[in-house]
Amino acid sequence: MTINWFKFASPAAFYPIAGRLIPWFSGIALALVLVGLFWGFFLTADQLGGSNPQKEYYRIIYVHVPAAWMSMWLYLVLAGWSAIGLVFNTRLSFMMAKAVAPTGAIFTFLALWTGALWGRPSWGTYWDWDPRLTSELLLFFLYIGYIALHSAIDDTRRADRAAALLAIVGLVMVPVIFLSINCPDPNQCASLHQRSDPGSIHLSILIPMLTMTLGLWSYSFAAVFARLRTIILTRESDNAWVRDVIAQETTA
Amino acid sequence: MLKVFYCVLSRDITLALRRRTDVLTTLFFFIIVVSLFPLGVGSEREQLRMLGPGVVWVAALLASMLALERLFAADYDDGTLEQLLLTGQPLALLVLGKVVAHWLLTGLPLVLIAPLVAMQYHLSGTAVWVMMAALALGTPVLSLIGAIGAALTLGLRGGGILLSLLILPLYVPVLVYGAGAVSVSAIEIADTQPYFYLLSAFLMGSALLAPLAAAAALRISLE
Repeated sequence: MTINWFKFASPAAFYPIAGRLIPWFSGIALALVLVGLFWGFFLTADQLGGSNPQKEYYRIIYVHVPAAWMSMWLYLVLAGWSAIGLVFNTRLSFMMAKAVAPTGAIFTFLALWTGALWGRPSWGTYWDWDPRLTSELLLFFLYIGYIALHSAIDDTRRADRAAALLAIVGLVMVPVIFLSINCPDPNQCASLHQRSDPGSIHLSILIPMLTMTLGLWSYSFAAVFARLRTIILTRESDNAWVRDVIAQETTA
Repeated sequence: MLKVFYCVLSRDITLALRRRTDVLTTLFFFIIVVSLFPLGVGSEREQLRMLGPGVVWVAALLASMLALERLFAADYDDGTLEQLLLTGQPLALLVLGKVVAHWLLTGLPLVLIAPLVAMQYHLSGTAVWVMMAALALGTPVLSLIGAIGAALTLGLRGGGILLSLLILPLYVPVLVYGAGAVSVSAIEIADTQPYFYLLSAFLMGSALLAPLAAAAALRISLE
């Protein structure tokens, strides 16, 4: 049996599937986020740490950490679809990349915002030039650059390809940027290296955090598909099937 | 192959030398930005010595970015760029030629003027040498990475502002290690060598990859 890998690469074929998947992902997202938040806010320990404990305010990690994970993951997704689009010349891949960008930017912003709210009680300041904060800020700039470049170019084909190239250049630069921020002094890199090890997080915290992450992930699917559907309709508006879809949805 | 490179290089330099004001504008922009900081933050010696490396590097970043707009714009407007694309020569090599010419005209003057601006910030003799060496290694990287952005934003309205949005985040590593090397040189025991290794590595990496990316970007912008 041969598999036609490009079957759903056609916007016309993917449009109805995306429509059918959205309610599922929205439902799963809502359920997981509610469970994760309830679990994290009410069923976990009141404070973290020993001698200098973090009080109730530590609970923002149930939003902060999943949002930060999603922001990084979605940039990979964005660059991945960009690369696939440039290699295979598939229109839908570019649309997917374009649809992912705003969601990624929102999660990056959310991570920065919740991080600032957490920083105030625990560090005594909303903003510090901590490597992770700075990296996240630069990631935000990369998202903004992608969105700005895409919307500055009127010709869709050029916009797609130029923004895709930018995303890939950004992906190549990300490790270098993160290294330079994490270790501004190469004489002392070994001692300054920061590690975040999920294995060191206590299970009772890790599980609600992962629940939230999966919830945000489902939300991303739903939001991206919804955005993708409008992009497909806008771009394919010359085609007959789009007119049929619109006629159907307006009569229904 | 090298002949093509020299051809583009000498053409760009000849053209620029006939309109010298463009080169001088970048240089004076750099000097003015650097001179404004002491007026804004106060002119205490110790403070200036601390701020100096960062200020000079940020000014260099901005100056080289402003000049980037002109890298392909003139050739794009009069159609030369399309001719270059059609020559059948490797486009990346042509781009490299243009970038090298661009650096000789906008980056090298910054390196040479560095001692003068270093004086404004009371930097020590060693720090001046370190700054010149770091700028000499770092500014070509800025031109190379910037070429990608210049190619992507070719002919767009508000291209200059957009270019800064795309490119400045990518300049961060050069800024961190370039300014870091100068700051560290003020401490006797510290070693500036790792900074230069890293800057050289950035230069090698970007000299290899950036022309290819910029060539791909030009193809996208001109198709």
